[in-house]
Amino acid sequence: MALLKVANLCVHYGAIQGIADVSFSVEQGEILTLIGSNGAGKSTTLRAVSGMVRPSSGSVEFKGRSIVGLQPHQIVKAGISHAPEGRGIFSNLTVAENLRLGAYIRHDSAAIADDTEKVLTTFPRLKERMWQNAGTLSGGEQQMLAIGRALLARPQILLLDEPSLGLAPQLVQTIFSVIREINRQGTTILLVEQNAHMALGVAHHAVVLEVGRVAMAGKASDLAASDAVKKAYLGHG
Amino acid sequence: MPTFTVTNFLQTLVTSVSMGSLYALIALGYTMVYGILKFINFAHSDVVVLGAWFSYVFAVKTLPAMGIPPDQATWWAGGLVLIMAMAACAAIGFVIERAAYKPMRKAPRLNVLITAIGISLLLQNTGQLNFVFGARPAGMPALVPTTPWSIGGTGEPGSFGVKINPVDVIITLTAVALMVALQVLVYRTKLGSAMRAVSHSIPNAALMGINVNFVISFTFVLGAALAAAAGFLYAIKYNLQQTAHPSWVMLGLTAFVAAVVGGIGNIRGAVLGAYLIAAVQQFGSLYISSELRDVYVFAVLIAVLLLKPEGLLGKVTREKV
Ligand SMILES: Nc1ncnc2c1ncn2[C@@H]1O[C@H](COP(=O)(O)OP(=O)(O)OP(=O)(O)O)[C@@H](O)[C@H]1O
Ligand SMILES: [Mg+2]
Repeated sequence: MALLKVANLCVHYGAIQGIADVSFSVEQGEILTLIGSNGAGKSTTLRAVSGMVRPSSGSVEFKGRSIVGLQPHQIVKAGISHAPEGRGIFSNLTVAENLRLGAYIRHDSAAIADDTEKVLTTFPRLKERMWQNAGTLSGGEQQMLAIGRALLARPQILLLDEPSLGLAPQLVQTIFSVIREINRQGTTILLVEQNAHMALGVAHHAVVLEVGRVAMAGKASDLAASDAVKKAYLGHG
Repeated sequence: MPTFTVTNFLQTLVTSVSMGSLYALIALGYTMVYGILKFINFAHSDVVVLGAWFSYVFAVKTLPAMGIPPDQATWWAGGLVLIMAMAACAAIGFVIERAAYKPMRKAPRLNVLITAIGISLLLQNTGQLNFVFGARPAGMPALVPTTPWSIGGTGEPGSFGVKINPVDVIITLTAVALMVALQVLVYRTKLGSAMRAVSHSIPNAALMGINVNFVISFTFVLGAALAAAAGFLYAIKYNLQQTAHPSWVMLGLTAFVAAVVGGIGNIRGAVLGAYLIAAVQQFGSLYISSELRDVYVFAVLIAVLLLKPEGLLGKVTREKV
């Protein structure tokens, strides 16, 4: 059984269609990447999974149970953590407070402290800035904070929306190796990326969205080798 | 203009602190709700009045029923009245939010504003019904000693004397205790950081697993409880219990101005604005004219809006992309 199963998902923002018909499954333990051009509906798909928007039709099942209609905080408790587009940092709170909110649903203080320490080992830059307002962080640091914070919920599946956006090439490498490492430690990942090249490199499976529909899906390595993907998303072909 | 005397100055300072404390308790409710939902809860000042009326009913009905004559009330009996009034208004704050504002959460700002005005009128008029509190003024028992304490004042040339009413001390101590508690709650607890997260962004707060509806309800409950405390303190200070009396309107409005002057949405700003407004009002009355006491309030408002539109401690929010 798939960990997360999205079927015939359709979302509207008022009269505007966000996605028309999206279906895919994420298996336990894998990285699945959603790629596609601007406005294809990648973020909308993640928002529908985490309950930020309510689908007009279709289903989202997590561990075999429908989660459509649950409130976002209930979905977090169920085990889905979403680092949203734009990072969703609370700039009026300190870095430490932001991290603490990541673990809001947890009550095991000792384990939270351990996990926070782990996040700070992964992103030492955050450690130096713990007591600083998160709004004063650079874009890259905010991205680290967003990922670290999402991890502190100890999710079973982590939804990442463009974690490499706006980062220097070296930092992109770091972020992707962190993603691979998080996954190796057992967290399933649903990764939305503009950087199709990197995303197809870390992912097991990939889904290509075009104007709100699934255009292609399959093994990440197969898609990376396909001419159509090369031409449209990898910048050569 | 009276000549400057140390006595007058100190006496006015005492009054400023006491009035500032009352304004601060009310301003906090305006600012917390604005901070989270970005709208002005116009019904807030009516919750203050309800708080005063509940205090009256508890003092003249509940205390005697417990065998305590209100004129011989001990400090804890007064505290009990305060807590009961806060609890009653907290419940009302909860109901107002759930019944009136929550269904409007996604509605245009103007609709919510009109709803708030509607709730304000509803509370005022319901309160004046005969089987509720009635429309007649009623004398609130003082609950605290009324003989002022005299400090100094030996009458020798160059000496000064100040009279301090116990009620002003009670007002200040109660308000400061509540404000310190609120400060700790908002800046030192997990629930407090959830409140600040919700005030920054409701959808992103929800992604942290924060139950946003709970936090919003809690904020209204807190604001209403503080408003009730202000109502209670105002009632024991002035004995004044008439619903929709002009002085109630000015009390709420002045507190609202204090919140805006301090930077609406900012908790510390509301407290700062409240003491500032009270001081300007009282010293203006002393040195210029007491008839213009409400004019000073709006003069400060206009000055602040011109020079620093976001308020003294308000921040212009900027987002990194
Ligand atoms: N809040 C909104 N209101 C109205 N339309 C929206 C909203 N959010 C997204 N849309 C529309 O829904 C469609 C899908 O948008 P979405 O943000 O999901 O795209 P995306 O694939 O994440 O794009 P990008 O790569 O640029 O982030 C777009 O046509 C967009 O204009
Ligand atoms: Mg997007």
